[in-house]
Amino acid sequence: MKTVYTRPKILKEAHFHYCPGCGHSIVNRLIAEVVEEMDLRDKIICVAPAGCGMLLYNYFDIDTLESAHGRGAAVATGIKRVLPDNVVFSYQGDGDLAAIGTAEGFHAANRGEPITVIFVNNGVYGMTGGQMAPTTMLKQVTTTTPSGRNHIHAGHPVKVCEVFAVLDGTSYLERVAVNKPSAVIKAKKAIAKAFQHQIKKTGFSLVEILSPCPTNWKMGTIQACKWIDEVMVKEFPLGVIKEVK
Amino acid sequence: MMIKTIFSGFGGQGVLSMGYTVANTAMFEGKHVTYFPSYGVEVRGGTANCTVVVSDEEIASPVASEPDFVVAMNQPSFARFQSILQSGGLICVNSSIVNTSAARHDIEILAVPTSELAEQIGSIKVANMVLLGAFIRASSIVSFDFMIKNLSQILGEGKSQLIKLNKEALEMGFNYVKE
Amino acid sequence: MKKQLMSGNAALGEAAVLSGCTCYFGYPITPQNELTEYMAKRMPEVPGGTFIQSESEIAAINMVLGASVAGARAMTSSSSPGMSLKQEGISYLAADELPAVIINMVRGGPGMGNISPAQSDYLQATRGGGHGDYRTIVLAPSSVQELADAVPVAFDLADSYRNPVIILGDGMLGQMMEPVSFDHIRQEKVYPKDYILTGAKGRPARKIHSLLFDTKLEEEHNWKLFRKYKGMEQNEVRFETFLVDDAEMVVIAYGTSARIAKGAIRRLRQENLKVGLIRPITLWPFPTNIIRETATRVKDFFVFEMSTGQLIEDVRLALEGRGHIHFYGRPGGVIPTPVELFRIVSRHYYQSQQVKK
Repeated sequence: MKTVYTRPKILKEAHFHYCPGCGHSIVNRLIAEVVEEMDLRDKIICVAPAGCGMLLYNYFDIDTLESAHGRGAAVATGIKRVLPDNVVFSYQGDGDLAAIGTAEGFHAANRGEPITVIFVNNGVYGMTGGQMAPTTMLKQVTTTTPSGRNHIHAGHPVKVCEVFAVLDGTSYLERVAVNKPSAVIKAKKAIAKAFQHQIKKTGFSLVEILSPCPTNWKMGTIQACKWIDEVMVKEFPLGVIKEVK
Repeated sequence: MMIKTIFSGFGGQGVLSMGYTVANTAMFEGKHVTYFPSYGVEVRGGTANCTVVVSDEEIASPVASEPDFVVAMNQPSFARFQSILQSGGLICVNSSIVNTSAARHDIEILAVPTSELAEQIGSIKVANMVLLGAFIRASSIVSFDFMIKNLSQILGEGKSQLIKLNKEALEMGFNYVKE
Repeated sequence: MKKQLMSGNAALGEAAVLSGCTCYFGYPITPQNELTEYMAKRMPEVPGGTFIQSESEIAAINMVLGASVAGARAMTSSSSPGMSLKQEGISYLAADELPAVIINMVRGGPGMGNISPAQSDYLQATRGGGHGDYRTIVLAPSSVQELADAVPVAFDLADSYRNPVIILGDGMLGQMMEPVSFDHIRQEKVYPKDYILTGAKGRPARKIHSLLFDTKLEEEHNWKLFRKYKGMEQNEVRFETFLVDDAEMVVIAYGTSARIAKGAIRRLRQENLKVGLIRPITLWPFPTNIIRETATRVKDFFVFEMSTGQLIEDVRLALEGRGHIHFYGRPGGVIPTPVELFRIVSRHYYQSQQVKK
């Protein structure tokens, strides 16, 4: 009998704490698959965030450090400078990277630190209960934008890849999604490519992943996946935003 | 014995290196020494000063509220520091640009036409060393012979090509007071 | 012993390099810029040396955390306003049990304050400073040589307890030059690094985190840290006494104010006033016992600091109501003079003598 689908060895035998329909579990699995396929367990170091992704160390069988909220890129910088031949990635949400950790992410990118940021963009603060994120869509209702995000009071959705693209230190920036099988396949390729860029030391790499949060979006799982295509992608176009060959 | 000296002037006149030269000489002579620069918002052409304490025993404070000596390379420094000089203390001034007519009467003034003397040996840049030579002659704070003998070590690397000029300037100031 | 004239800030940098520090991260702030600049020049000469001028003090302390996680001896430095920003990272270092050395060349505060020397960050340094139930060892040198000597001690303490260590100086100590020798400064011991993250080659994966949702686990983690801090209190107290044996009044001062106090005490002794000095070298753990022991014989303690009264709280706790505490403080960046302190202490001394009569 041929095995066509199994748990990657990098993923521990643990139950995810993620809500049903959450994109984090898919992203976790994709990272595990890529680490296994690229044979990186021996030299990869993960920096986990504060936010929904914070329990990564319970799922990944790789060396993992939990960073303070927003500081992933700075911590990853410290690790990478000591261990330049290891692969170091920081897993960050939208509040983590695009609000409280804007400076750390921006400047790590600008220095061209050869680290990878896996940026999960679900447009909302998940762990704290559904408040507005910097990437929340205009008119989107959250617990802190009860009548919908209004740019006059709350600004516009932040396009991290486009902002980072103008920095000369960045070498690979791609926006993907995990809302349907074809997108998931592309997301996995993007993660692998980001690690390859890091290994080649071409500069800073980041993969932005549009990810459903049915719980805080107050939607069904399928509706949430559709909403990514129908609404989010219009604000956050998918594809390679920048690649330095 | 504990002697506190304030070196003062415009930024760029080399007052910090005057203090540093004395402090380094005193250290090589085996004395206790502190050098404390005024530090602050960096302004080119602003005033600069540093305090050097030379002592036979441990130095409690590198700050001089009542210095024994003041070296003033410009007018504002003269005005400011003559007022805190100890009664009977000595103030050495660059008389080429400092007017001492408003001085206190209980202090000693050594007026050295520093800029003119420096120009005589060809460089206004070593005016600080001219006044330093005169100051050492008047204060005996460190041994002049020791300083001259070990000048390259005292001034440190990077200034080796200027040793001859500095030595000349120091000697010019020193001899000016002798006469 | 070869000596060179060096600023306190630069001496800290050279001592760090000789102590095996390979990572320095910092953000410019007066009056400690000479240290950042020294490391910018010196680190590229060190094998594996890294210098980053970070985007903020927050980033710097987190880079230190990253480098420490990867097993390097890492250091950052700042001055008061910047130290407030670093507190988040220091709390995480303590929680994660990671070694690091952090230097604070204190300036006048609160707020922007000024750039002159002060001792107003005493409570921030000795009470942890950031959030949560933790402590940092705080070393308080009082000369350029002592700044240099404190660095290898700080790295060793950080490594042996796996805890952040603070060196608390001030603008005067950082800016002033004094003769300093590095002859004896070197990395003495090698510490087991069985916790660091290097990639899980040939071993189970490691995780370093301070999130403990389970309150029982968090409580046990807090007690574990507490026991570690108790060990520091037992073993790491450092202090200096000066003319205490026959003293009728004992000045308690640290760092810059301790050296000013020594100058004042020499003058007081010339006037036959029996004044001595207890100088805490570790501000935390605090030298409680020597003060308590001295209080069995001496009634008058004189706290002198460059703040409105922070060290005085620890002296009060140490004395537990015994003795009488006199106080003189100069906050705001003012550097008091030995003569000034001589006058104040003499007045208090004579008044106490009157009371005794």
